[in-house]
Amino acid sequence: MRRLRLDRLANPQLLALVGVLAINWLLFPSFFHVTWQDGRFFGSFIDVLNRGAPVAILAIGMTGVIATKGVDLSVGAIMAVCGAVAATMVVAGYPAPIAIIAALAVGLACGLWNGFLVAVLDIQPIVATLVLMVAGRGIAQLITEGSIVTFNDPSLIFVGTGSFLGFPMAAVIAVVLMVLVTLLVRRTAIGLFIQAIGVNRAAASLAGIHSRMLLMLVYALSGLCAAIAGIVVAADIRGADANNSGLWLELDAILAVVIGGTSLLGGRFSIPMAVVGALIIQAMNTGILVSGFPPEFNLVVKAGMIILILLLQSPYAALPFKRRPAASNKTASS
Amino acid sequence: MKRSLRPLAATAVIFIIAYGLAVLQFPNMLSTRVLGNFLTDNAFLGIAAVGMTFVIISGGIDLSVGAVIGFTGVLIAVLTSWLGIHPLVAFAIALGVAALFGAAMGFTIHFLQVPSFIVTLAGMFLARGGASIITQDSVPIKHEFYATLGDLMIRLPGGGKLSFIGMLMILIFLGGALLAHRTKFGSYVYALGGNSVSASLMGVPVARTTVQIYMLSSTLAALAGIVFSLYTSAGYPLAAVGVELDAISAVVIGGTLLTGGYGFVLGTFVGVMLLGLVQTYIIFDGTLSSWWTKIVIGVLLFLFIVLQRVIFAASAPGEKSPEKV
Repeated sequence: MRRLRLDRLANPQLLALVGVLAINWLLFPSFFHVTWQDGRFFGSFIDVLNRGAPVAILAIGMTGVIATKGVDLSVGAIMAVCGAVAATMVVAGYPAPIAIIAALAVGLACGLWNGFLVAVLDIQPIVATLVLMVAGRGIAQLITEGSIVTFNDPSLIFVGTGSFLGFPMAAVIAVVLMVLVTLLVRRTAIGLFIQAIGVNRAAASLAGIHSRMLLMLVYALSGLCAAIAGIVVAADIRGADANNSGLWLELDAILAVVIGGTSLLGGRFSIPMAVVGALIIQAMNTGILVSGFPPEFNLVVKAGMIILILLLQSPYAALPFKRRPAASNKTASS
Repeated sequence: MKRSLRPLAATAVIFIIAYGLAVLQFPNMLSTRVLGNFLTDNAFLGIAAVGMTFVIISGGIDLSVGAVIGFTGVLIAVLTSWLGIHPLVAFAIALGVAALFGAAMGFTIHFLQVPSFIVTLAGMFLARGGASIITQDSVPIKHEFYATLGDLMIRLPGGGKLSFIGMLMILIFLGGALLAHRTKFGSYVYALGGNSVSASLMGVPVARTTVQIYMLSSTLAALAGIVFSLYTSAGYPLAAVGVELDAISAVVIGGTLLTGGYGFVLGTFVGVMLLGLVQTYIIFDGTLSSWWTKIVIGVLLFLFIVLQRVIFAASAPGEKSPEKV
């Protein structure tokens, strides 16, 4: 389905981000107040970038998965596993780069496992990734032996709390990853193939696309992104918490992707918009915190936001513009 | 017909073998006391899983179950402890609220044509957030009615107890099985899960059935919340976090297909019992840490999914995807 030309001019996600930031600014006038201290920027807005990075990194991988009509529920658990691997290896005396590479390899392996279940065994993505979602946290606890493994390795901590050109390292990693993955899928035919699989896998296969290999690739990328997010989060708190690291972040990542305009029914996707979606979620979180509401309001606001998006994506929202067949309701969003 | 019962039979056989092996190692596990506790400890999960079975047979998913359990517990605790309302009235209010909540989700799913995954995700955030806004602490429930219900049990030979909530779960499972296999609503649910387009062409009231399915799931989740509050005598907004995943696991292990259109309510019962067996075994063993529960459940899930693939690949050779050529 072709998108409406109008969508390309007015970008609802960016408008929403500007809107949320503006509300934050109204509630908390010094929201955009950024200071330079100790060779880096400080301020609420920088904090949004920093705190939003893990979900943004997850959302980059999740976008590809959702574009193939799948979903990856296991990313939160993979975060916990990879954080645990990195932390325990550093504590055991391995240098930080080796620990990071090992954690990334574990994340990649987890992703390939999911991809194997989905692509080769033809299991529905929700169940296939549920396996690792349930078992993953247990495995993470097995690695940390049930305790929170804390570490003091400066180079590993740098990944989570360091700064690059004054910007928080986590945000820099997210941006670099976003640019790399976007170039990978948009400058090659991979993005088109992913969309083709999402729209109709059987037809894509008949058209000569190696859908199995691409599905493996997409889930592997999601696992890799989860590993990066897990390392960032572990480095941020200087410890690996198998119980709470990445807990329910898979849902935030899915929400970010959906806010970014990627349909859960597969097909059309946008990685930069998913990152913007992650920033919208984090800007709301921060806004609720700095304006003094209890953090519990967060969940209710998130629920309200999902309902709003659903209304905007629904066939009824498109009625005033043009009468279209029901099958195209996803393309007429916003 | 016999072939379609294979996954159910497989689950039952695996449960019996697993239980037999556990009994060989710990003979004490074969006692009415352990069996009675099986039912009591998993009552809330079982009741929630019955609703989940219907949702999954219809081709959907309900992520809001755990949050509804937590919300119901808080609502009942606040109504009885703070406002002095009789628990029975509080139960009725909680069930009514949950039914409306489920109906709203079903409405959204059908009329906005969005995946149930995302709608019930919003429902989960809403219920969990709502419970946290009411109170952030655990609210104890002290009412003689709770004590009466707690004492209500059948003593089994061998020192075991069949508690009220255990019996309630069995009743719900029997009712669920009748509803699924012996009523018009049940066949509508199967038809929807098989193919919603052809179901509506055959005259299945798709809108009404969808709303009813999610109403049923949320109402049963609220009932599970009531049972959970009887079990813990308190309401806590973060109670039962992740129960939806246990319920989905139990349903899948019980032989229901997540693609919809195929499944058994009684299979879910075996699934719940198998999850309970894993937990009880790990408690009996004593040397295994609690995180093994999660790993074993994950492995079980994987085994059953593969088993289903194998059985269905063998029974439906025509449905292979084209790329297998």
